Amino acid sequence: MNIRMVRFILGWVLRFESIFLCLPILVAVIYGERQGIAYVIVALLCLLLSWLCTLKKPEMNRLCARDGFASVALSWIVMSAFGALPFVMTKEIPNFVDAMFETISGFTTTGASILTNVEALSYTSLFWRSFTHWIGGMGVFVFIMAVLPLMGGTDLNLMKAESPGPSVGKFVPKVKDTAKILYSIYIFITVLEIVLLLIFGMPLFDALTSTFGTVGTGGFGIKNDSFASYAPALQNIVTIFMVLSGMNFTFYFLLLRKKFSQACKMEEIRVYLAIIAITGILVCVFTRPYFATIGATIRHSFFQVASIITTTGFATTDFNLWPQFPKTILVILMFVGACAGSTGGGMKVSRFIIVFKTIRKEISILIHPRTVKKIQMDGVSIPHETVRATNVYIASYFMVFFISVLVLGIDNLDFTTNFTAVAATFNNIGPGMELVGPTSNYAMFSPICKLILCFDMLAGRLEIFPILMLFSRRSWKRL
Amino acid sequence: MKIIIVGCGKVGDSLAEQLSAENYDITVIDKNPERIAQVTNDFDVLGLVGDGVSNSCLLEAGVADTDLLIAVTGSDEKNLLCCLIAKKAGHCATIARVRNPEYSREADFLKKEFGLAMVINPEMIAAVEMARIFRFPSAIKIDALAKGYLEMLHFRITEKCSLCGKQVSFVRSYLSPDVLVCMIKRKGTILVPTGESSFEDGDIVTIVAAPKSAGTFFKKIGLPINRVKNALIVGGGKISFYLAKLLLQSGIEVKIIEQSKERCEELSDRLPQASLICGDATDQTIFLEEGLSGVDGAAILTNIDEENVFLSLFAKKHSHAKIITKVNRMIFNEVIDDLDLDSLVYPKLLTADYILQYVRTMNASIGSSMESLYTLEDSKENRAEALQYLITAKSAVVGVPLNELKTKKDVLICCIFRKGKMMIPGGQDSIEIGDTVIVVHNNQHINAITDILEERR
Repeated sequence: MNIRMVRFILGWVLRFESIFLCLPILVAVIYGERQGIAYVIVALLCLLLSWLCTLKKPEMNRLCARDGFASVALSWIVMSAFGALPFVMTKEIPNFVDAMFETISGFTTTGASILTNVEALSYTSLFWRSFTHWIGGMGVFVFIMAVLPLMGGTDLNLMKAESPGPSVGKFVPKVKDTAKILYSIYIFITVLEIVLLLIFGMPLFDALTSTFGTVGTGGFGIKNDSFASYAPALQNIVTIFMVLSGMNFTFYFLLLRKKFSQACKMEEIRVYLAIIAITGILVCVFTRPYFATIGATIRHSFFQVASIITTTGFATTDFNLWPQFPKTILVILMFVGACAGSTGGGMKVSRFIIVFKTIRKEISILIHPRTVKKIQMDGVSIPHETVRATNVYIASYFMVFFISVLVLGIDNLDFTTNFTAVAATFNNIGPGMELVGPTSNYAMFSPICKLILCFDMLAGRLEIFPILMLFSRRSWKRL
Repeated sequence: MKIIIVGCGKVGDSLAEQLSAENYDITVIDKNPERIAQVTNDFDVLGLVGDGVSNSCLLEAGVADTDLLIAVTGSDEKNLLCCLIAKKAGHCATIARVRNPEYSREADFLKKEFGLAMVINPEMIAAVEMARIFRFPSAIKIDALAKGYLEMLHFRITEKCSLCGKQVSFVRSYLSPDVLVCMIKRKGTILVPTGESSFEDGDIVTIVAAPKSAGTFFKKIGLPINRVKNALIVGGGKISFYLAKLLLQSGIEVKIIEQSKERCEELSDRLPQASLICGDATDQTIFLEEGLSGVDGAAILTNIDEENVFLSLFAKKHSHAKIITKVNRMIFNEVIDDLDLDSLVYPKLLTADYILQYVRTMNASIGSSMESLYTLEDSKENRAEALQYLITAKSAVVGVPLNELKTKKDVLICCIFRKGKMMIPGGQDSIEIGDTVIVVHNNQHINAITDILEERR
């Protein structure tokens, strides 16, 4: 591993974190809160460390795939550690492991909280918590690449490690321009949602934090009951924007390029919308007795379905009280997740499409042993490499999943809680079922379990391998 | 500016590298997914697996709003067809590589009738360069400037040479006032010299002069100026054919050693005056038997770089001939440069130079057009170039005395060529419309002539 180069990249990440920290400082100034001082100190600390790390540009500035993976994984850990410091310093979350859990949950757009009373936090900290969703949604490296040229062509390796999906490509010849396009779309959606929420009467601070939580598909609310107390219109707007943020951004790029027919033919988008529609209707049918009107049933059902499939994790109602069937649907949706190339987590719809087609191919090979068949998506054959990587991904996904559930067992909580706690963190959703349901939180877990869940969140956001690679002794060797 | 490169072989690869480093939007098309994976991994370019001749593939690559298409697949016919289709599908300028000697003769016809911006033949370019060196063996490399009125010569200073230890200003005041020293390369570093810099043993010096004054200059500093009388060419590829033809035309005896009997017969058919030897040059006896020790010049042009380098080292040991070595791949150029071989020719680099020159002229603003570009040095730290501009209109550099122009660091205005006369500019001279100006720079990014100026803040 090119350790000097990794150090240099970490330096840049810290510099950007100090820039990001300026926003909560601004909030502190506006609300006149003393907590802002902690943020100023951390921002300065980041700046100092960043200056030390980037003092000398390494001569070997080529970034191999493994360096890219390692820098991304390490950066996310370092970034979360520094992002957690203000919570500890303001004594709002005095325990460092708790603060780390909260920040990782923020950056990985999970939205799982260990806070029993969110409303007790200062505005500054509430803002920072939500803002981490927005940064983590599209990714820090994509942002850095949009702004400065780091290391020529090889920085695609950074983007590959950070962007979700089975195959990561560029829209346009330059990495920088691709990153710029991604962020422009992202910012456009963000601004649109803020404006709409303001028009329908949400206060500015709530509109900002809710939007960060929605477009980053995060899920940190600023109220104890998440989204339940907001007006129905606001809930509907958020439903729509959750679905929009869970779409593959290639779709928006094609729309931008006026290739409408190609955009509408994207298999992943079609399947994704179909899943939402079908499961939404099913949930409506089975939860009808729980709500007063049909309108409310539809609103709550679709809100919950969108919130879970896009891995956001907002809630307008306590779905813990629902019957088993819709609850099971929600748990399964947790695994499906959003589209590849979106801000959402989970296993991704496109992987499910690939796996489904592989199964179909396998069956047809059993029936006609001499069949030659290529798996296609959007009319293009998927390279064997991608199919293989998808299969390996799913295998390692379940391996990590079961080990996590096993370790969580030591806390002696019930199985549903453990199972859904791992599912909700590993897929970057937030609320699970039973004790970790939408109205409860993760405070009761022991520190070891919290760390396991932290690991799951990071592994889920970075698609397992960058994080697993850090545990391989070979990736730390020079050769 | 958007550029599509069709074909991802050696030349396509180096073009992608060079052009993406100069910040153009590059899309590369190749049939082979592995090549595409490789090139997109190495450089910041967009790869597309497909057939560059097909219209739909070109459209997907965005030919509609592309400025330039460069077709460098292995097949001439494909390249031409690809350019034709691109021309119809979009409105881009097109460059095709055409290597077959049969077609190459008709390059002008193709260019005109097919509406191509440029027809490029790397083998021909390399052969022309080699022939120039054989005519003037004291130089390592010679580039023609200002339509051949001027030459840019690179030569090595040895202890025998009277310049060793002297200052640069000595050349101008005592030796030849019409010779300009524009660059010194010393142990891998590039110096853009001032009057006080001095020459040392082992330096590679670049000068600009008219061919005649270059001759007298070399005579004065004690380097031989006789052209070679006979040449031995090892390898019978396309370059060898072109080179032999050029040498025979200027009355130099040529002997070609080629392994394949068939190719020997084909060459002897087309080059009746050359003597052809069928044999393996790596066999030392054949190499020596065929008069290695007696020849004036040897060009080692087999297809294998390693073989070329070893044969050249062997030839250097056993003869006093001027040796030209062809190197195809650029990977080990740092090591090869250290080997103290006479002249190295990189056909790939020459081709890339030609295309780069075209691209930069396209990209440059009005007021000047780049007429030629030569890469003087291309290593990790340094990239030095000589650029020749024709000044066509008024711009910030026109009409201002040179000592008032604020040029960037490591930029030198070598000479101004006005009405058939070369002048080495002093501080009082200025650039006028109609002049041809030659600029040498190191590590700068220069498209238009106005780019030599320090940016205003």
